[in-house]
Amino acid sequence: MPRVLSRLPARLAAAAVIAVVAVGFAIASSASAARQGASLTIYSGRDERLVKPIMDRFSQETGIELKVRYASSVSLANALIEEGSRSPADVFWATEPGTLGLVAARGLLARLPATIVGKVPSRFSTPSRRWVGTSARSRALVYNTQALAPSELPSSVWELTRPRWKGKLGIAPTNGSFQAFLGATIYLHGEDRVRDWLRGLKANEVKLFPNNTSIVQAVGRGDILLGLVNHYYLYNVLAETPGLPIRNAWFRPGDPGNLVLAAGVGIVAATRQPALAQRFVQFLLSRWAQRYIARGPGLAEYPLVKGVNPRSGLPPLKEIAGPKYNLGRLAADLPLAVKLLLEEGFLA
Amino acid sequence: MSRLVPSAARLRPQGVPLAYGALAFLVAGAVGVTPLVYLGARALGADRQTWNLLSARAIADLAVDTALLAFGVTGASLGIGLPLAWLVARTNLPARRLWGALAPLPLVIPSFVGALVLEAGLAPHGLAQAVLEPFGVQALPEPRGYLGVLLVLTLSTYPYVFLLASSALRSIDTSLEEAARSLGLSSLSTFARVTLPALRPALVSAALLVSLYVLSDFGAVSIMGYSTLTTAIYIRYESLLAREAAAILSLVLVGMAWAIVLAGGRSRGGRGVVYRSGPGSGRMPPPVQLGRWRWPAVAFPASVTLAFLAGPLAVLAWWTVAAAPADSSFRLSWGAAASSAWISLLAAGVATVAVLPAAMLSWRWPSPLSRFVERLTLLPSGLPGIAVGLSLVFLGARLGSLLYQSVGLLVLGYVTRFAPYALAAVRASLEGVSPRVEEAARSLGRRPARALVAVVLPLARPGILAGAVLVFLKTVTELPATLLLRPIGFETLATEIWQGTAVGAYSTVAPAALLLMALALPIVLLVGRRTSWELAAPG
Repeated sequence: MPRVLSRLPARLAAAAVIAVVAVGFAIASSASAARQGASLTIYSGRDERLVKPIMDRFSQETGIELKVRYASSVSLANALIEEGSRSPADVFWATEPGTLGLVAARGLLARLPATIVGKVPSRFSTPSRRWVGTSARSRALVYNTQALAPSELPSSVWELTRPRWKGKLGIAPTNGSFQAFLGATIYLHGEDRVRDWLRGLKANEVKLFPNNTSIVQAVGRGDILLGLVNHYYLYNVLAETPGLPIRNAWFRPGDPGNLVLAAGVGIVAATRQPALAQRFVQFLLSRWAQRYIARGPGLAEYPLVKGVNPRSGLPPLKEIAGPKYNLGRLAADLPLAVKLLLEEGFLA
Repeated sequence: MSRLVPSAARLRPQGVPLAYGALAFLVAGAVGVTPLVYLGARALGADRQTWNLLSARAIADLAVDTALLAFGVTGASLGIGLPLAWLVARTNLPARRLWGALAPLPLVIPSFVGALVLEAGLAPHGLAQAVLEPFGVQALPEPRGYLGVLLVLTLSTYPYVFLLASSALRSIDTSLEEAARSLGLSSLSTFARVTLPALRPALVSAALLVSLYVLSDFGAVSIMGYSTLTTAIYIRYESLLAREAAAILSLVLVGMAWAIVLAGGRSRGGRGVVYRSGPGSGRMPPPVQLGRWRWPAVAFPASVTLAFLAGPLAVLAWWTVAAAPADSSFRLSWGAAASSAWISLLAAGVATVAVLPAAMLSWRWPSPLSRFVERLTLLPSGLPGIAVGLSLVFLGARLGSLLYQSVGLLVLGYVTRFAPYALAAVRASLEGVSPRVEEAARSLGRRPARALVAVVLPLARPGILAGAVLVFLKTVTELPATLLLRPIGFETLATEIWQGTAVGAYSTVAPAALLLMALALPIVLLVGRRTSWELAAPG
């Protein structure tokens, strides 16, 4: 037998020893790290690239170390639900009001002080004060400027079932913001009307996409002419491919297609340091943080605190005039929307 | 062909050494039982709200669509992987070392990256059309639905077939083939009656891995707009945090995975097993002379490489170059690359060692119980990553802060998802070894551990290496469990790519994906080289 073969088991054994030592070391180091200074654990559904400067600034100002777990809002929410009262998280910052609502409905978010919630308009929080909005983002109609003039655009989502838009519209039925829009619309206009609208879209050969980004890109390529998206994806795609013929438009005031959503934050009920967690939430609603969320690199959202203006070029929230809808309702309305999408074959 | 090594001098079967049994059960428990207990517990929590999100008919439709995809991809992977392995391992194909090194590389393209490339590359007005337009190509088929997924998943799975078939072709006892030829069989019938049966365990193992992987894939399937049980599970988790409905669908998926594993066991065992006869012949046979087919045959590996490796690479390179100046956040993530490298090496080492007892048990002391242990270990690879990840969140949060969100739990997550790849590979190469060899070593007075070290492991070595490489490559590209289980601040290339796709930044995706492939390249090459070097040295 060649010598090299007989050496293999020794290598395997060595690999096993190294593995055990490495795991032990990792456990030991994470345990020792836990015993230093004040620190908060943040579950952030917001992208690291966009919000890291905010986290850094908070640590600088307060001396509180932040341990931030970045992942999608929904996978963090699912983790919070599994962790329950054993969660290591202190704060949950999410991109979707629906996700926050569902986590709150499971009793996993603590009640926020009225002074904090009072800083933002009431429709961006819930009566039970389980979470508070940190920025607003609007549903919008993205369109191809080479193919369409602004005057040709539909003035309401209800018009999208007309033959004029056959095969020209893209939606993302798995997307949380689309589902939130649908939930709000069910609440405002009734399930039957929304069901008819979905059937009309299907008859009109609506194109289904996995997410907002791919819709905006398809509009840019001219595969489709219109897309129902959140307003800020336009800026991400333009940063990547400048010069694409795409622009956002809004429907007439009060149209459900103009629904204004929010990213928001809540304090995890299992936290052992509610005071520190509140400081972080307060910081997100400070002028500096609000200005950053509105105008920082890659960000183009609406600040919610008075006295901070959005990025220039965005139409003011007042002009968009979303429908009157309290986002706190989403925990109840979202399941109806998803059920409808399942029944009508938009989801499987 | 019946057993070539007579077992007349068969020893009285000895009891299973306690260590093997205990270790195998421990691993199967840690790997297979945790997700099942978790899913069972969650499914029991179902209420009326849960059943609103499920219907028997929809579940049946999804199961059928999932099965169709699994069949299609498995067939396509076998159809590409086996001929490729044979050409590279056994013929005088020009530049066969090169093709052999290139063939497994598409494994390092995460399926969601493959799908993004295909979608953006072949989309109307996309990259491919821009390239082909001057040649008068006006429209390309839209890469969506069944065919799109089939293409992308074949890309990421034919390498399993290639790797396992290659390592089996290398560990075949060529004296058997020579005996068959000397007894008057033509080369074709020798292939059909000796080589193919000897390859069967490896092919069955590979088919098992491919079909389980198809069950679990989310990235490619969702981007291509095809619905499977796994996409349905994600929709339940993501739209409504409805873990109960997701668990019920996951249990359906477990049932399908179990059926696949059972079918695999059935078609692997039984009569017609071709064993290596003791040390046998350590040489490779003289390469099959392709004659005038020698150069035309190059078209096959070349087109596979072009479609599944060069194509995606070109798109990624184009994104890197085209988007780099526009995006100021462009940077190569060396830290993430280092993390990816060491955590994947660790996972590969742990997984390979962890499956040895189970592989040994079911090979040397086959019994219903040992087969059950083996199947239990295989099962989780058919589950979507989010379900496995959450089951470990469930376990970890209960074990306490020391283990939860530690590297240890993350590695356990990887081992849970990917140990089956190591197990299948080790099993596949052990299948070619007669258990009598181990018995002989024992009868000559070796204790079990010594016999394992001196006899079994060297014979199973190609499979052990192939298994470790598979686990490494799977781990490098793993995303959903990584996102849930990684320690805070721990970045891998896969998480970097995910962040890029989350904000639609191909400029980040592309360099990170290229780095990922660069990372995997030396490992794949090293294994390829060592394996052939070993064969060059006479036994």
